[in-house]
Amino acid sequence: MSAKFKEKLASALFGFTAAVSILAVALICLFLFLNGVPALADIGLPEFLFGSTWQPSSGIYGIFPMIVGSIYVTAGAMIVGVPTGLLTALYLSRFANAKIAQFLKPGVELLAGIPSVVYGFFGLMIIVPFIRTSMPGNGFSLLAASLLLGVMILPTVITVAQSALDAVPRSYYEGALALGADHERSVLQVVVPAAVSGLMASVILGVGRAIGETMAVVMVAGNQVQIPTSIFEGVRTMTANIVLEMGYAADLHRGALIATGVVLFVFILLITLLLNLIKRRSEI
Amino acid sequence: MAKLEYHSEQKASPKMSVKDLNLYYKDFQALKSVNLDFPAHQVTALIGPSGCGKSTLLKCLNRMNDLVAGCQITGTVFLDGQDAYKEVNVNDLRRRVGMVFQQPNPFPMSIYDNIAFGPRTHGIKSRSDLDVIVEQSLRSAALWDELKDRLKKNALSLSGGQQQRLCIARALAVKPEVLLMDESTAALDPISTAKIEELVGELKDSYTIIMVTHNMLQARRVSDRTAFFLLGEMVEMGPTEILFSRPREKRTASYVSGEFG
Repeated sequence: MSAKFKEKLASALFGFTAAVSILAVALICLFLFLNGVPALADIGLPEFLFGSTWQPSSGIYGIFPMIVGSIYVTAGAMIVGVPTGLLTALYLSRFANAKIAQFLKPGVELLAGIPSVVYGFFGLMIIVPFIRTSMPGNGFSLLAASLLLGVMILPTVITVAQSALDAVPRSYYEGALALGADHERSVLQVVVPAAVSGLMASVILGVGRAIGETMAVVMVAGNQVQIPTSIFEGVRTMTANIVLEMGYAADLHRGALIATGVVLFVFILLITLLLNLIKRRSEI
Repeated sequence: MAKLEYHSEQKASPKMSVKDLNLYYKDFQALKSVNLDFPAHQVTALIGPSGCGKSTLLKCLNRMNDLVAGCQITGTVFLDGQDAYKEVNVNDLRRRVGMVFQQPNPFPMSIYDNIAFGPRTHGIKSRSDLDVIVEQSLRSAALWDELKDRLKKNALSLSGGQQQRLCIARALAVKPEVLLMDESTAALDPISTAKIEELVGELKDSYTIIMVTHNMLQARRVSDRTAFFLLGEMVEMGPTEILFSRPREKRTASYVSGEFG
C-alpha cells in the first residue's frame, strides 16, 4: 500500500465516523420536524404553545402547563444544584487537601454514572415519602422533582466548574498572594473571576441536563397537567408528557407529542447557542 | 581598598538578611547554609547558573516557598531584625516584601483594579484614596502617561513590557519596603528591559531591591552588590564592581568571565 493511499484511507475513515454523528443529529432533526410540524400546523402554533388545556380525548392540545412545568422544575433544580455544585467545585479545586479530594472526586464521578431510573427510585422511596409526612400534599411535587434533579445535575456542574477553576493560571493566584492577600481572598477575588465564563458554562450545561431529564422526574413529579401554585403541588414537564402518552398515542395526539419534542429541541438549541456565545466571548 | 569597603558595609544594619539558611525539596538540598545581608536602599543582584538556588533564596524572602510541597527550611530570615517566619505574619511579610515575577502576571481585570487589588486587600476602600494610590503607583512605574486614559481597559490587552511595569506598579501600590524581582526582564524585549532597568535605578531610593538575574551584564548595569551562587552555595558576595573585576574566589572568576553558565 502506498503512503498516499494509506493517508487517503485514514482520512476517509475519520471523515465517515465524524459524519455518523452529524448524520444522527440531522436525522433526528428531520424526524422531529417532519412529524411535528404538520401537527403544529393543524393545532395552530399559538394554541399549542399557550393553550393551558391538554385533553387529547377532546382534541385539545395546549402544552403551556408543561412548558411552565419544565421551566419550574429546571429552575428549582438550579436553586438546589448550582450553589452546591459551584461551591463543591471551588472546594475541590482550591480548598480540599489531596486526601479528601481523593475520596470526593470519584464520588462525584460515581454520581454521574448512576442511571436516572435509580435516582427516580431513590426519589420515590425517600424524598416523596419524606415530603408527604412532613409537608403539605402527597409528596409527588415540584419540590421533589427539584430536589432530585438538583442532585442529578451536580456532577455536570461540579466537573465543568472544577476544570474551569483548575485551568486558571497559577500565576494569578501567586500574584495575589505576593501582594499580601490570604488564600481565601486570592481565590475568591482573583481565581474565581478569572474562571467566570467556565463557571457560567457549567451552569448552562446543568440547565440543559435538567430540562432534558425524563425518567427520574416522571417518577416523583406527580405529572398532573397544571400550572402549580405551590412547590408542594404536582407538575408535568414536557419530557414527562411525551414519555407518559407516547405508548398509546395515535394520529394528531402522536403528532402533538412529537411537536412537544420540537419545542424541547428548540429549548436545548437556545441553551447550546448561549453556551457558544459565552465561550466565544471568553476567547476574546 | 576592597577590605575597607567590606568593612564599611558591615556597619549599616541590613534591611533583610538570612542566617544559616538551608532549604530542602524533599531529599534535595537546594540551599546550603547561606548567610547574606541585603542593605537598605541598595540593589542586590543574585547571579549564578540555572539551578544554583538563587530563585529559591528569593522565594524564601517572602515565603512563596511555603506553597511548594515538601519544601523544608532551617535557619533564619530577618526583616528589620525580626524573624520573618516567626515574628511576622505571612500576609504582612508579603505586603512589606513585594515580588515581581519572571512572567508578567497581571490579573485578568482592568488596569485600575489590578493596582487597587493590593490596597483593597489591606483595607483601603475609599475611591479617592485608591485613585491617588493608582496614580502614584503608575507614575512610579513610569506608566502613568501611557495608561492614564485607559485605566478601565483590561490589563491583558497591554504589551508584555507594559504588563511587567504594571506588575511593578501593582507591587508598589501596597507600599512595600523591599522589592524582589525574579528574572523580571527575562521574558521581555531589549527596549522593555532597558526601561525596567532604568526604573530599578530610580526605585532604589525608596525601596530595597533584590533581583535574580541570569544576565551578568544586567547585574553589572543595575546592582550595587552582587552575590554569586553555585549548586546551592553562596560562593561570594561583594560590591558589584569588585565581584566582577576582582573576585576572590576562583569559581566566581570563571563564571563571570563566561567559562561556564
